[in-house]
Amino acid sequence: MATPLPPPRGRNLILEVRDLTMRFGGLLAVNQVSFTADRGRITALIGPNGAGKTTVFNCITGFYRPTSGTILLRRDDGEVTELQRQPGHRIARAGVARTFQNTRLFPGMTALENLLVAQHVPLMAATGFGLGAVLGLSRYPRAERIAIEKARAWLEATRLLDRADDPAGALPYGAQRRLEIARAMCTEPALLCLDEPAAGLNPRESEELSALLLAIRDGHAAERGRGCSILLIEHDMGVVMRISDRVVVLDHGRKIADGSPEEVRADPRVIAAYLGEGDEGEENGGA
Amino acid sequence: MNPATALKDAAVTGLVALALFTPLVGLRTDVSPTGGLYLRQRWSDVAILVGLAFAGRLALLAWRGRRSLPTASTAPGWWEAPLRRLGAVFAPLLLAFAVLMPLSAFSWNLGGGFVIPALTGRYELDLGILVLTYVMLGWGLNIVVGLAGLLDLGYVAFYAVGAYSYALLATTFGWSFWACLPLAGILAAFWGILLGFPVLRLRGDYLAIVTLAFGEIIRIVLVNWVSFTGGPNGISGIPRPTFFGLPFSMSGEPGTFAGFFGIEPDPSHRIVFLYYLILGLALLTNWVTVRLRRQPLGRAWEALREDEIACRALGINITTTKLTAFAIGAMFGGFAGAFFATRQAFISPESFTFIESAIVLAIVVLGGMGSQIGVAVAALVMIGGFELFRDLQEWRMLVFGAAMVAIMVLRPRGLVASRTPTVTLSGRKRAISGELVGQGHG
Amino acid sequence: MPCRIPFARGRGWLSVLAGCFTAGGNARVSASYALQQLINGISLGMIYGLIAVGYTMVYGIIGMINFAHGDIFMIGAFVSLIALLLLGAGMGLEGPAALLLVLAISMAITALYGWTVERVAYRPLRGSFRLAPLISAIGMSILLQNYVQVSQGARVKPIEPVLSGGIEIARFGEEIVSISWIRITIVLTTLCALAGLTWLVTRTPLGRSMRACAQDLKMAALLGIDTDRTISLTFVIGAALAAVAGSMYLLFYGVIDFFIGFVAGVKAFTAAVLGGIGSLPGAVLGGLLIGLIETAWQAYAPQHLTPYKDVAAFSILALTLIFLPTGLLGRAEVEKV
Repeated sequence: MATPLPPPRGRNLILEVRDLTMRFGGLLAVNQVSFTADRGRITALIGPNGAGKTTVFNCITGFYRPTSGTILLRRDDGEVTELQRQPGHRIARAGVARTFQNTRLFPGMTALENLLVAQHVPLMAATGFGLGAVLGLSRYPRAERIAIEKARAWLEATRLLDRADDPAGALPYGAQRRLEIARAMCTEPALLCLDEPAAGLNPRESEELSALLLAIRDGHAAERGRGCSILLIEHDMGVVMRISDRVVVLDHGRKIADGSPEEVRADPRVIAAYLGEGDEGEENGGA
Repeated sequence: MNPATALKDAAVTGLVALALFTPLVGLRTDVSPTGGLYLRQRWSDVAILVGLAFAGRLALLAWRGRRSLPTASTAPGWWEAPLRRLGAVFAPLLLAFAVLMPLSAFSWNLGGGFVIPALTGRYELDLGILVLTYVMLGWGLNIVVGLAGLLDLGYVAFYAVGAYSYALLATTFGWSFWACLPLAGILAAFWGILLGFPVLRLRGDYLAIVTLAFGEIIRIVLVNWVSFTGGPNGISGIPRPTFFGLPFSMSGEPGTFAGFFGIEPDPSHRIVFLYYLILGLALLTNWVTVRLRRQPLGRAWEALREDEIACRALGINITTTKLTAFAIGAMFGGFAGAFFATRQAFISPESFTFIESAIVLAIVVLGGMGSQIGVAVAALVMIGGFELFRDLQEWRMLVFGAAMVAIMVLRPRGLVASRTPTVTLSGRKRAISGELVGQGHG
Repeated sequence: MPCRIPFARGRGWLSVLAGCFTAGGNARVSASYALQQLINGISLGMIYGLIAVGYTMVYGIIGMINFAHGDIFMIGAFVSLIALLLLGAGMGLEGPAALLLVLAISMAITALYGWTVERVAYRPLRGSFRLAPLISAIGMSILLQNYVQVSQGARVKPIEPVLSGGIEIARFGEEIVSISWIRITIVLTTLCALAGLTWLVTRTPLGRSMRACAQDLKMAALLGIDTDRTISLTFVIGAALAAVAGSMYLLFYGVIDFFIGFVAGVKAFTAAVLGGIGSLPGAVLGGLLIGLIETAWQAYAPQHLTPYKDVAAFSILALTLIFLPTGLLGRAEVEKV
């Protein structure tokens, strides 16, 4: 498991999860799950409640240390990082950004400030590690101007420009979700991980979210042309089927299906898994 | 609440008070001439206290009945809006007052028969120095508690490290105050990092207790390591500060301050100099804090206070960010400590008890965590208040404790509860309600 | 600075402790000395354990460090002292009956103090920011300390030995090891108090609501448990146990002052953390360990290091929190993302 294998021929992978296992005491939350995510594509991770999606997510983004298995991130420049070995903050620096199931903004800071905190790492370098700028080193103001411009671009992309100076905690729910995506994008990630981005949104907002995610994937959401790969957990099957290029289905901690949205939708194991879940499955599966 | 129930409620309060005060106030243990203990009875005191409890409860019920409001309020106080409107004026006014205050200690002959007499004296200057010392400590701790949201109950340890660093360096090697001041700050920051490194992973209230324990450890070491620190007797004969090399002396020789500038030697010169010294140090603390707040490091501190997990997801190294807050806060504590040592010319572990940490923390909390002007006002109120109660001796600590509880119950977020954004797109900085602002993991 | 608390005052502990020995000479290596220290350590540890239970119960239910608990313990010691003087000198009562009465009075009054503190300083802050109750508790601690200083004076309060003599338990050649009646009383009383607590927590409806509140305060409230009442009673029980600890402390050292609550409080908190905060058996276990370590340090550390025994206790606190944050018997908290 030490030497990363080359990616399977013909596919350009950004993320490879191999034999991921996570155990909490006696509970086996994730059991030998392997899947991959293609570069520049949207990969959805779905499954009934308790299937282990969020656990997989937390392993990828460094909040849990997996019991065993490897998680490889292949950046655009060819650099490969073994995510499961990195401390939490290094994962973001390696190019993985995430949002949270229950938004985790900095509620007492303005939307703009939220986006500037996201650019902490490059800005910090420009200040001479925090202390240089106090003494008046001059590289900082320029760096901050660029950072503000970038934040403005993302605020515009998420239609939050008019709320830039409002505290994040005072924004309406849908706006908070969009701001969290903007904040994640301000870290210039190679892989954007979204934990149920459509939860709690109304149909119109879901529609807008889908458009935003597609724009992010293709790199024309905000200022730059570089696309971004997306991994998302979602319950809203409408959103999943509309935007995903590939769907991975988990159930009881195991992978039960993996393929295009059409293939997955037709897979009898997936239908069984969702129908077995009761009303929850019917509601979501039918959408 | 109708009068009958209110009376009943107050009567119950009175009964509880009676039970509480009967043993501890009514019966005082005194040492008799033979060495044993005997009980002295003080029933009138109990009666007064019970009466106060009864009346107080009744008054509270009447007041609450009239304006049915929840007890703990985080809403902006009525003073906050005017204060903010005044803010642009208020802070410079306060600063101008602080700068000009010592001048009024001298009488000024303006020529043409105009003479402004000395309005203040040594007492006011000393009090000013004391207040400014606490303003500086408050601003220093504000970095740790107010911005980074780390509850530090052992801040006095860094104050002590600074004071002892200066005292030991100056008395052992004869180094000047100006050489020792940065060293004292660096040593305090170093201790901040050393102590902070293992404990910063802890949750807020655990962190509080561990910092308290560290503060006590440092104090116990100061008391017991007699050969190094002088033990309980402390260190005396600490050199006084010089005016950049010119000593303040009454002789008026050319090498002294008065002699160099050709003015009449006056004992208040040194006091005025000390006053401006601590004013300068405090303003330095403020300047650094205000600047840092507008920069990534300061923003990361505030973000950390708001949500640590989100910070981690954004690639912020939580440990080093917390450590910088701890170290910079400690450094200013160390500066203040060095100043304290040179002002007093004598230090002992008695000046560095937990109570000092509690006072500085109370200043930060009363001021409104994170607000610079709030902390300054709180220091003025608190230390000024202490002076008012000077003659009451041990009573004033009693009042202090009660005030701390009352402030928390009535205004848990302090005088200035809201936060000002550090950067805007529109250019207009609107205050953010304290309701939204996090308080760290404490 | 204006407020100096004579921290080092009233620490005749060294000499008092030395005077407590009923056997053993200066030889710090003999088996009898070791056994004697063990007995001392257990007695002291039981006292810490009793205080620690108060910390751990409150923390378990409302997740707050009741900083004033050490001072509640100090009040318990003072009420015991006053009751002892009242019964002894005033009414001529002596012996076990007097002791029981002292305990009862002290527990009742101290419990009332615990209740009042919760009602005045913590209840209005429920649901407020997490720092607020802690800072309020610090204020309450300062208030109680100075209240006793003002009302009872700052001087140390020594008492005549209440019980004398002991029973011989072992003989090593010339040296006799005996357990004094005081030690026996301390151990038996604390055991009874802990047994009562265990019964209360495991067998009564109150105990059930306390455990429910400790699991999930909001859910317990939804299920119809009067959480305010349960929390109040938790403080009352904690304070009553602290009162027992205070009485025992008075017997153990024979001298108290208004400042004993601070150091004993931090040590007991250490005990609670060491045992695993939230765990009642853990608190007692932690108390015993702290008591034994402190006594061992006192007895066996080189002479010039004995004043650092408090440093030892504080260091244990820091080390436990850093390397064993869940304590010996505590449950791990999973970080929710």
